[in-house]
Amino acid sequence: MVVLGQSRSEEKDIVSKITDKARDITGKEVDRVLAYRLEEGSHIPHLFSAQDIEQMAEEYPAQERYPVASMVRRLQAADPGIRLAVVVRGCDERALIELAKQGQVDLERLVLLGLACGEELAGACGCSQPYPSEVLEGEKAEGDLDLGMVEKLEGLPPGERLDYWLSRFNTCVKCFGCRNVCPLCYCKECALDEPELVEPGELPPRLPVFHLVRAVDMAGRCVDCGLCEEACPVGIPLRTLYRKVGEAVESRFDYRPGRSLEEESPLAVLGTEEDVS
Amino acid sequence: MTDYRTVPTICPYCGTGCGMLLEVSGGELIGILPQKGHPVSDGTLCVKGWTSHEFVGSSRRLTSPTIRRGEAAGEASIDEAIGLVARELWRVVDEHGPDSVAFICSAKCTNEENYLVGKLARAVVGTNNIDHCARL
Ligand code: SF4
Ligand code: SF4
Ligand code: SF4
Repeated sequence: MVVLGQSRSEEKDIVSKITDKARDITGKEVDRVLAYRLEEGSHIPHLFSAQDIEQMAEEYPAQERYPVASMVRRLQAADPGIRLAVVVRGCDERALIELAKQGQVDLERLVLLGLACGEELAGACGCSQPYPSEVLEGEKAEGDLDLGMVEKLEGLPPGERLDYWLSRFNTCVKCFGCRNVCPLCYCKECALDEPELVEPGELPPRLPVFHLVRAVDMAGRCVDCGLCEEACPVGIPLRTLYRKVGEAVESRFDYRPGRSLEEESPLAVLGTEEDVS
Repeated sequence: MTDYRTVPTICPYCGTGCGMLLEVSGGELIGILPQKGHPVSDGTLCVKGWTSHEFVGSSRRLTSPTIRRGEAAGEASIDEAIGLVARELWRVVDEHGPDSVAFICSAKCTNEENYLVGKLARAVVGTNNIDHCARL
């Protein structure tokens, strides 16, 4: 049986140029800055104003990433007039771009303070673009979407591959963390809350419905940030699952969620059958 | 103007002690995030932790004790309710002995409060009948 280890990076990115800029613009160009604050050794999300911007954290540890795009979405919804700045890694920007295309955030009212991920984190994540479009801090590391695990599993005979996934799904404790943490999951009514699909109290959730519902819903939306996999208490390789789905969308539509604001999402256009063949 | 901050704390539900962040905005608890790098849970929570902000403002939450008298149950003050419980407990203990009662404490109490319940059971009432909702 294949065992997929979650690779983690211990790296810490220094963000002094970002904190300088944040201090400059807060109370002028923007009202608030969404960034991290250091409390008892922990970097935690915080919305800074001109009063407390001095407390903005100077380091961004790879292991302490939070779904900032979801926070921006909720903040803009609560206060449509708010002028926000936010510190973004590549994946945060991808999530914001995808959310903007879905009408969930307004990039016009957002200042992005771009942080390029260090090489170690970029390597551990294996994401396609470990930096945002405009980098204020850090050196751009090589971006190369890591489909190694997808290919490894695809190399298995179908029966074994199915056994592998079912044995992993079988460990699911139905915490809903993968959905809750996902920056692209914002539906008010979620299929996973439908008792016909996911019976309340049933553990593990009926195989493989729970995990495939989410996988299908992530097609054309998942920006490969890896937050779901990090939130999974039992280490199900969710990122690999959604990369496979992403690969299916990309090979047919040449669409990669969050890559560019201009590219039209296949979810937004009704095409003909020829468009897919 | 909108505010948003997170407050690190420990999940109130069971004895595991997972680390979580309360998301606070406009004086309200709007969500929970698992605390990254926490020595117990490192960025993960179970479904109870993930939803533990929901009961705080719930309209179904009990905000005062209720005493049943005959068929009717009515609201009572804390002092009145504790007085009744104490009198009745002592009556049962006097009639049937200390092992006729049991104490259940809770993960939602602090360590110190649970310690005091242990003292109350063992030293004051004289029974070892004590258990905990989080002994999963
Ligand atoms: S997914 Fe990419 S951008 Fe996001 S943290 Fe990992 S390396 Fe950085
Ligand atoms: S990697 Fe996971 S959390 Fe991130 S966008 Fe994709 S499904 Fe959502
Ligand atoms: S995070 Fe993992 S354990 Fe929790 S619901 Fe998702 S797959 Fe299941």
